Amino acid sequence: MPDLAVRCRALVKRYPPDVLAVDGLDLEIERGECFGLLGPNGAGKTTTVEILEGLLEPTSGEVEVLGRRWDRRADDLRERLGVTLQETHLPERLTVEEVLRLFRSFYRHGRSVDEVVAAVGLEDKRRSWTERLSGGQKQRLAVACALVGDPELLFLDEPTTGLDPQSRRQLWDVIADLTRRGRTVLLTTHYMDEAERLCNRVAIVDRGKVIASGSPRELVASVVGREVVEFETADGGLAVSDLRALPGVLGVRRQGPGFALTVDRVHVSVPALLDGLERRGAALAALSTHRATLEDVFVALTGRRLRD
Amino acid sequence: MTEDARPSPLVQLTLARLRGFFREPSTVFWSFGFPALLTIALGVAFRSRPPEPVRAAVEAGRGAEALRAALAAGEGVDARVLDPGEARAALRSGRVAVVIVPGDPPLYRLDPTRPESRLARAVADDLVQRAAGRRDVLAPREERVAEPGARYVDFLVPGLLGMNLMSAGMWGIGWVIVELRSKKLLKRMAATPMRRRDFLLSFLLMRLFFLAIEVPLFLAFAVIAFGVPVRGPLAALALVATLGAMAFSGLGLLVACRARNTQTVSGLINLVMMPMFVLSGVFFSSENFPAAMQPAIRALPLTALNDGLRAVMNEGAGLAAVAPEALLLGAVAALSFALALRFFRWT
Repeated sequence: MPDLAVRCRALVKRYPPDVLAVDGLDLEIERGECFGLLGPNGAGKTTTVEILEGLLEPTSGEVEVLGRRWDRRADDLRERLGVTLQETHLPERLTVEEVLRLFRSFYRHGRSVDEVVAAVGLEDKRRSWTERLSGGQKQRLAVACALVGDPELLFLDEPTTGLDPQSRRQLWDVIADLTRRGRTVLLTTHYMDEAERLCNRVAIVDRGKVIASGSPRELVASVVGREVVEFETADGGLAVSDLRALPGVLGVRRQGPGFALTVDRVHVSVPALLDGLERRGAALAALSTHRATLEDVFVALTGRRLRD
Repeated sequence: MTEDARPSPLVQLTLARLRGFFREPSTVFWSFGFPALLTIALGVAFRSRPPEPVRAAVEAGRGAEALRAALAAGEGVDARVLDPGEARAALRSGRVAVVIVPGDPPLYRLDPTRPESRLARAVADDLVQRAAGRRDVLAPREERVAEPGARYVDFLVPGLLGMNLMSAGMWGIGWVIVELRSKKLLKRMAATPMRRRDFLLSFLLMRLFFLAIEVPLFLAFAVIAFGVPVRGPLAALALVATLGAMAFSGLGLLVACRARNTQTVSGLINLVMMPMFVLSGVFFSSENFPAAMQPAIRALPLTALNDGLRAVMNEGAGLAAVAPEALLLGAVAALSFALALRFFRWT
């Protein structure tokens, strides 16, 4: 059995009277992994993470974090974890280094303030009040607060939501650096590109359950295929069975007025599709192809888009 | 900073509180400026003045001028002749306390529920009787005193100090904690190994720090501007003020321990403070309430604080004399802190 950083079984969180935020969720995260919990808003990602962080009590289910359970000596466990919440307002009238010194004081062992300031690239903001930081800088400070106890396991809840592309890339570098240092990272996101870029493995969560998990590449290949061809015809009238019979086509899905085909060899399937349309005299109104992504996995599994 | 130089969490938490406070100009004003302004305003309103004159009106008619002259001969009597209509209006609006209608015998018109009217009737009657030829049987002597400690301002200053310690504890702690909770900062702290007790203690330390500034400033102002006495030992005063501040800090923690938003906590704070504003003798003595209510009033922490402060300042009470008040305040502080720690909501 591998050395697990997080293990949870049949996790349920119910908010009376009738909200079921987490509905029997299973998760295993190995040490040293960067693991992504993906899903739309309201899928139960944050609730799951807050249970793992020991901030919420589950209604039922088993939770083990770093081989320990939350019901005994919780503070010892907290020494080994780093957390960023989905939204934290840090004390507004404190400077970056004052906030970090405060958080550093909570941990018996940890990294120095200088070190974490450098790790998140806030050296020239050390003496700025947190309320004067940009969104991306605030988020990096929140991550720095999570790093200052030198955690074995780091929870990052939507670390880049609402940030501009440059701030996102800066945070990605910080996270990639952590996994290089052998730390375990659990991040939640609804950006599939972020997960593909950072995570060794991901679990896709929908309506409180894990509906698929694996490495991003495996998931895309097994659920969708390699490429997605989307097209629309002016007059419609195509049968799904005809499309499915085209060479190289793995799946066919109606999408709005047209179709989305998932294919493994785009150079074989597209010419065959065009031939077929021409023989029927169907005029093409739109055609595009893209490499399959986790977004396509989510659509294929749920029939919904992630940010709907 | 290296690994072995871990800063003390309690010191860091307290510093964070103090920095947050001093970097917010409006809270500094409300904490230090406002009580000073309130004291000045009340001090001006209740400053020592010569005794109020007795205001009387004589209804115009035969013999009115003679009556007016008889009244004006008295010390501190302001008498004038008015038409009957004017005289009634003056009585109704309180510009005069009694109206005298000349005649044989004269008629006094007054509202006996107004104390100043009864006083005016007695003074006027005395003068009228003497003018009519009455001879006094005794000639009593009089000794006039104006001793600090017996004036209204001497009563008011300890009450204001008590009220200020109460509001500062309740608002300065209760409101701030709930704001931190609604901003999820408490949840963030709860995700660290920070000791819960340290967090709550940092608020008490902050209050102690401000206490050491607020109370001497306020008292120095009251002593210099109004000559308010501080007759008892300063140690007794410091003990009562400190325990009072701790009691209301504890209650501030307690009202804040579950509330999720600042509206809820504002309501709770007012709910706790309002009865004490009225009952605990800030502006007038709590002895004015019926005897049946006195045991309940005695049990209120603001009553204990105000009584303790007044006993030390006005009556010169020492440590032993204020022990009951000190014990009650200490018990409120310890109990409310323990309850707040037990039931505190972090998320």
